[in-house]
Amino acid sequence: MIFVATIRVLPKSEVRDPQGEAVRGALRSLGLAVSDVRTGKEIVVTFEAADETAARDAVRVMGTELLANPVIEDYAYELEEGAPV
Amino acid sequence: MTRVAILRYPGTWSERDFQHALSLVPGVESDILWHEVADLAGYDAAIVPGGFTYGDYVRAGAIAKISPATRELRRFADAGKLVLGSCNGFQILCEAGLLPGALVRNRGLEFRCDWVHMRVERDDTPWTTGLRGAVLRMPIAHGEGCWVADDETLADVESRAQVVFRYTDERGGATAAANPNGSLANIAGICNEGRNVVGLMPHPERCSEALLGGTDGYRVLANLAPALAGTAPAIYR
Repeated sequence: MIFVATIRVLPKSEVRDPQGEAVRGALRSLGLAVSDVRTGKEIVVTFEAADETAARDAVRVMGTELLANPVIEDYAYELEEGAPV
Repeated sequence: MTRVAILRYPGTWSERDFQHALSLVPGVESDILWHEVADLAGYDAAIVPGGFTYGDYVRAGAIAKISPATRELRRFADAGKLVLGSCNGFQILCEAGLLPGALVRNRGLEFRCDWVHMRVERDDTPWTTGLRGAVLRMPIAHGEGCWVADDETLADVESRAQVVFRYTDERGGATAAANPNGSLANIAGICNEGRNVVGLMPHPERCSEALLGGTDGYRVLANLAPALAGTAPAIYR
């Protein structure tokens, strides 16, 4: 089966996000009442797995082994069945 | 002869500088090893140089950590062999879990290319023998050199005396102004619990001869041969 995982990586709440702080300052300079900005990244992965359980296992490997560093980042994901590319 | 392996990943750029600097150290010979075929058998020490491995994609050092060379490096370190990582090499060692914490975007967001001072906190690592309390002057060049960890990890690193280098002013004062990137506790370099793996953001290979503006890097690299020849404390032999 083909799956598409949309994986979102954000800095942990206790880790300072200087990029987010810079974006907050820039948005405030547009006159907007922005109190906080956190920046991260979204990674969309199309892959094959036997079933949904195996697909979720695979996404956990992607998240913990490469896409997020558990020392500084958290990740979350959504999983959908996809069409072959 | 002390044999040193210098690892080269795609995007590593300080490997030749390290090889040149090590060529100045009596009794040391080095080879540059491509990461896909890096066999560390027969080497006494390994160096992970600076650069932008894999373009810093995902995070600095993140993709390099799953390279065959890094798996080999983990075995090498577990066997008690000496490992030094500088700049991107330090980031790789943290990503690989060989050193605690992580290196994130500099507090001020800017890429810092400058000379800094740092105080040697510990001389019970093979790379800093005889240097305790010395204030070294070395160049830095990084955008992601802010060392962070959770409170518990920081407390452990301090209580186990794993802080090897701390950013200071030229008199050795660890002030906020002397911290170029926002690292917790002005940390410039740390070691693992076994003390055989050391990582630092500054570049010892770029200050190993007077022509380049400083020789304090040589003072670190020159510790290699005695550490392995047995004139250093026994735990590093």
